[in-house]
Amino acid sequence: MNGKSELHKNFAKVWDNLPGWGNLAAVNHTSISQRFMLTGVIFFLVGILLAMLIRSQLALPGQTLITADLYSQVFTMHGTIMMFLFAIPVLEGAAMYLIPKMIGTRDLVFPRLSALGYYCYLFGGLILLSSLVLGIAPNSGWFMYTPLSSDDYSAGAGSDFWLLGVTFVEISAVSAGIELTVSILRTRAPGMSLSKMPIFCWYILAMALMIVFGFPPLILASILLELERAAQMPFFDPNAGGDPILWQHLFWLFGHPEVYIIFLPAAGMVSTILPVFAGRPLVGYRWVVLSVIITGFISFGLWVHHMFTVGIPHLAQAFFSIASMLVAIPTGIQIFVWLTTLWVGRVRFELPMLWIFGFLFIFVCGGLTGVMLALVPFDWQVHDTHFVVAHFHYVLIGGMFFPLIAALYYWLPHFSGRMPSMRMGRWAFGLVFVGFNSTFLIMHLTGLLGMPRRVFTYESGLGWDWLNLSSSIGGFVLAIGILMLVLDVTLHFRYGRKASSNPWQADTLEWATGMPPVSYNFASIPEVKSRHPLWDDPSLINSIPAGEHGLKSIKHGRRELYGTDAISGKLKEVIHIPSHSWWPLICAATLAGLCISLVSKAYMVGIFFAILGLGFFLRWSWENGTHKTMAPLTDEEASRGEPPLHSRTFDGPGLWGMCVTLLADGTLYLSLLFGWLYLWTVSPNKTLPDVSAISPVLMGLSGALLTIAVTLYRRLNRYLRREQEKSLAKWLWLVSACGMGHVGLLAFITVSSDLQFTTNAYDAVLLVMLAFLLFHSIISVITTTLQALRVSYDYISTKLSYEIVVMSPMWLFTHVIFWLSFASFLILPTIWEAK
Amino acid sequence: MVNRVTEYLFTASALLLAGCSEPYSILAPAGPSAKAVTTIWWGMLTVGVVVLLGICSLWWYASFRRNRKYSDADVKRVLTRMVLWGGIVLPTVGITVLLIFGIPAGNIMLPLADERAVRIDVHARQWAWDVTYPQHDIELTDEIHIPVDTPIDIHVTSADVIHGFWVPRLGGKIDAIPGHTNIVRLQADEVGEFGGQCAEYCGLSHAKMHFKVIAHSAEKFDAWLVQQGKTQ
Repeated sequence: MNGKSELHKNFAKVWDNLPGWGNLAAVNHTSISQRFMLTGVIFFLVGILLAMLIRSQLALPGQTLITADLYSQVFTMHGTIMMFLFAIPVLEGAAMYLIPKMIGTRDLVFPRLSALGYYCYLFGGLILLSSLVLGIAPNSGWFMYTPLSSDDYSAGAGSDFWLLGVTFVEISAVSAGIELTVSILRTRAPGMSLSKMPIFCWYILAMALMIVFGFPPLILASILLELERAAQMPFFDPNAGGDPILWQHLFWLFGHPEVYIIFLPAAGMVSTILPVFAGRPLVGYRWVVLSVIITGFISFGLWVHHMFTVGIPHLAQAFFSIASMLVAIPTGIQIFVWLTTLWVGRVRFELPMLWIFGFLFIFVCGGLTGVMLALVPFDWQVHDTHFVVAHFHYVLIGGMFFPLIAALYYWLPHFSGRMPSMRMGRWAFGLVFVGFNSTFLIMHLTGLLGMPRRVFTYESGLGWDWLNLSSSIGGFVLAIGILMLVLDVTLHFRYGRKASSNPWQADTLEWATGMPPVSYNFASIPEVKSRHPLWDDPSLINSIPAGEHGLKSIKHGRRELYGTDAISGKLKEVIHIPSHSWWPLICAATLAGLCISLVSKAYMVGIFFAILGLGFFLRWSWENGTHKTMAPLTDEEASRGEPPLHSRTFDGPGLWGMCVTLLADGTLYLSLLFGWLYLWTVSPNKTLPDVSAISPVLMGLSGALLTIAVTLYRRLNRYLRREQEKSLAKWLWLVSACGMGHVGLLAFITVSSDLQFTTNAYDAVLLVMLAFLLFHSIISVITTTLQALRVSYDYISTKLSYEIVVMSPMWLFTHVIFWLSFASFLILPTIWEAK
Repeated sequence: MVNRVTEYLFTASALLLAGCSEPYSILAPAGPSAKAVTTIWWGMLTVGVVVLLGICSLWWYASFRRNRKYSDADVKRVLTRMVLWGGIVLPTVGITVLLIFGIPAGNIMLPLADERAVRIDVHARQWAWDVTYPQHDIELTDEIHIPVDTPIDIHVTSADVIHGFWVPRLGGKIDAIPGHTNIVRLQADEVGEFGGQCAEYCGLSHAKMHFKVIAHSAEKFDAWLVQQGKTQ
């Protein structure tokens, strides 16, 4: 026993957060994810408050409780808060909390990125909320359709708050997506092949990748709309060759995957919890994995079903209609897999199961109305009515909130070490269930009787009166139920029965991390042989903290994880991760400064913050590899019988992180390319763009310099892999010099070009394209210049060439987008014209 | 037979839900487009309720029935059966049936070429509907007069933000989008007044952006045209 507490003390010294204010520098996934969830709950309560305002206003016809203006702010913020500040962050928080514990590792793989993500979320959320307090909140609806959200029709700062605030919050979503993907793929416990992962990890892997591909279109759209508002670049103005429908395409390209980004983790919770209470493994694991993957793919092919009334060609509508209905198949498979698991199991009926029952009823209901809405003629009638409002509350509250509460009760003992009880929990469930259905079941009929959404009042005698009144009463019952839920959970922390270890007899490793979990999760990392480690070997709960498994040395003072093969789970290397750092907070605060100065149109201040932010991020990146705060070279690492540290290899999480980031970046680029092609092939006043403002010869020259730089860089990589190259610094300086030449020329082209970007949508897109290229080229050049400097500090050498390998995909990406742009933005219209 | 059933359903729904004071009700259709949708709705509702109750009772039964021992082979058998019938066949059949009924309904609603069709142009703006009759040089606001039993093609566009043109009892809705002209086909089977409203949120007075469609008999409509032609 003594050895165990000694081990614990040593681990805690390395892994615990700094005391007091030092907690703000925490990067540990348990702390960060709890902050995510707690902040999300607070935003949720604000969202509910707004919903109560809406229901009060609509309770009776002709009410004048709040004005039309305030009402528009309230419904816009209700949607925005629930989607961007509650649903996604809370689920990300839950995933960030559970994933490392389930896959048997000590932390997420980019801890400082988690912290940055949290602060971006917090600051972005506060900026958005502040607009509500100031009474200048966005008021064009949560999908911000332009031209209503444009400068002409929403002159105040409301839309800017939304566009900038949400983009700021999205940094956190994308960074969580990247981090979860790489963590799941590269840091599972040894032996945990993909097919032995707990099912929850499949769901989160799908969600994370969907975030990576799904969010960039909205980020691009927000940037374009903000540019239109701030710099009069007319991307969405039909009189200048733009099109308001482009916004809708980009928005729903994000918006539909978003629904599944919210649903999948919640379904993953059901797939995790339900087998535990059925007392047997989930039957049909493969079926579930297959349907999760299919759902992920299909969800990117049905965004147009939000746009059946905008006048899209009928063939396209038929395609998207059928695609939308097809989602019923993977969802149906999951429901019947769950059903079979119950069928062949022995069901214990505890509080979490109650919520899963509620989930089933409500979600199936919402799924059925979803299939109905996918039918184009029916959608033409009920689109934009309260029928749709009812439908998506069924899907979101049924598909996300109910499983989330099931999960909350299920994992409560993990946070608190105490058990939830049926006593009050049952009543909270009853109130929420009854309140929910009496609000929203009836609302379907309200919609069928013709009440459009987003009306701040209605006349009496249209048949809507009693329906709205009962929805409002139901809404208040629902709110009371949620309050009771909050009360129940709060009280349980004090009065709950003490939980035994692994209280639900679960099969997954998170129950071996302690209740509440220790900061390092596992003092030793076990080898995993099946999907149900704790059912196979219940003694793991004791042997892990006793240090009987791998990676138990801690004297070196590094935070270390096992890095394993993405597919087989074979042990490959030891990943050392940074400990607490102030950089995430500093960088996020600078970005917040940038965001606020842009909202308040203080562009000079904005430029200052942007440059400051760049400096801070670069300074942060300096603390990597063998930097003294990270993993300086020691003799100990070679002799201790563990695999090599990742920064001494050619393949580590950094490389994976870079590649996943570039997937998101590439999606952003493709969205821009989509916009470009859309504007000159589909938009109402389309013409062939005139691209003569940019000289193809100069562009070609600039590109040639880039090609030389990239070729040199790639060749250097090849030499380093063979450990041949001696004059490393010289190579890097050469690359950076060629890169600088390329950037200089590109900047000259941009500045000297005669683009009419305030009167012509095509020229505006060309300018954005040039800026996009410049941004990537500059970042590549700066990082390589820094690498050249790092050689002189011995952070990089022929033996330590990891960082050069990590930057290699970035150079390649910069190279590809340059020539792709050259071809599709400059050459394609010319060829078209010649034809 | 089917017609009689739908007829019955319409009457029943009109009595039960719509009454006569619900000018925006989808459930009280007064034209072929709207009727097609309402028929489909009642069909979908019936099937939907059956599926919902079926799945929930199966689930309930699975949770609370007396347990038997299952060998691995049994589990596999049950699983295959469940996933195949419930997860794949049920939705596939459901979707197919839905499309079999849905696609013809959609075709009824399309503004396909029809020489009887009357064209009316609607320009939406914050917060009113400007109506013009291109063949007759007539301009109105928030009021559309149409002949009964005649297909009407409404050409919709917007002068400012996006609006949604919708006459629930006569047919589907279409967005009014600046720079675009969309066409929606309406037809009234009976003489009378039908409520229309903006469906897409368009700013502060969105809730008040109503209009009405007045369907006249053919003779009265012609008389109305003549009279309007004189006054304008």
